[in-house]
Amino acid sequence: MEIILNGEPRDLPVGTTVAGLIGTLGVRADGRGVAVAVDGVVVPRAVWGETPLAPDACVEVLVAVQGG
Amino acid sequence: MPAPAPLRIAGRTFGSRLILGSGGFDNHEVMAEALTAAGTELCTVALRRLDPAAHGSILDVLERCGVDVLPNTAGCFTAQDALSTARLAREALGTDWIKLEVIGDEHTLMPDAVELLAAAETLVADGFTVLPYTSDDPVLARRLADVGCAAVMPLGAPIGSGMGITNPYNLALIIDQAEVPVILDAGVGTASDATLALELGCDAVLCASAISRAHDPVAMAAAIRLGVEAGALARSAGRIPQRRYARASSPRAGLADLRSPAARARG
Repeated sequence: MEIILNGEPRDLPVGTTVAGLIGTLGVRADGRGVAVAVDGVVVPRAVWGETPLAPDACVEVLVAVQGG
Repeated sequence: MPAPAPLRIAGRTFGSRLILGSGGFDNHEVMAEALTAAGTELCTVALRRLDPAAHGSILDVLERCGVDVLPNTAGCFTAQDALSTARLAREALGTDWIKLEVIGDEHTLMPDAVELLAAAETLVADGFTVLPYTSDDPVLARRLADVGCAAVMPLGAPIGSGMGITNPYNLALIIDQAEVPVILDAGVGTASDATLALELGCDAVLCASAISRAHDPVAMAAAIRLGVEAGALARSAGRIPQRRYARASSPRAGLADLRSPAARARG
């Protein structure tokens, strides 16, 4: 299935969870410093593992950067 | 010599009255040195899309320097965007402190008062410790405190302008009425601007570009740290009132009579 990850299309196996996606992105394993919104809704880290992504989901994966 | 009382925000005590913004540093190494030179305990970060090409996390740098993270909502133009960003920041960083920015104009980066107040009220109700970046409008500052913001952060001048405190009279009004800490946010260009902020009665200064974009960011971090300390000390020392005419500091009594005999004879 295809989702939109940070504005770019990406192919994922059907049923991939948020945790599964995050695991492929090379961020800290505990997810600290990473936030996820799916279709504009914040997904708390505690439920990443039980939140499957639907086809065409718009996923934003954000991290802290220099700013302010 | 008694030190000024430490800064307290939302029940937390800070030894340093200088909060750093992390934007604008060329790299994490310079930022780390500047953080140390500034002696800061709190540093802002922004939230942006994960860049697979980026190496090293700013969080690791802050952790190594023993500096706590203050996420911001920079780049948000509506209350709704700011609320979502604040909630994402809380998820990512495990802090409910948020530097709330809701910008109303992309050229001046002035806050949008209407959206800012709405966002502040919602975030406070949602359990956030809200530090809003605001204009130097005393009425808006009071409204932000009234809805439960933990501090107010008026600008001295537009973000990154280095113009200093362009309206010290408004800033003084905000300070006079404030029941929460007042943190000068934006406008500082050099150490004396930070000193003036503290002398006027600001509780702290938040500073990014003045340090990160200085020719020597580490030296400027040290200078602004000293400026903040000088201002806080001067404020607590109690300055003399300003007056339009001179007031002699040497005694009038006991002046020698140095006239010539002729002049003395004339009386």
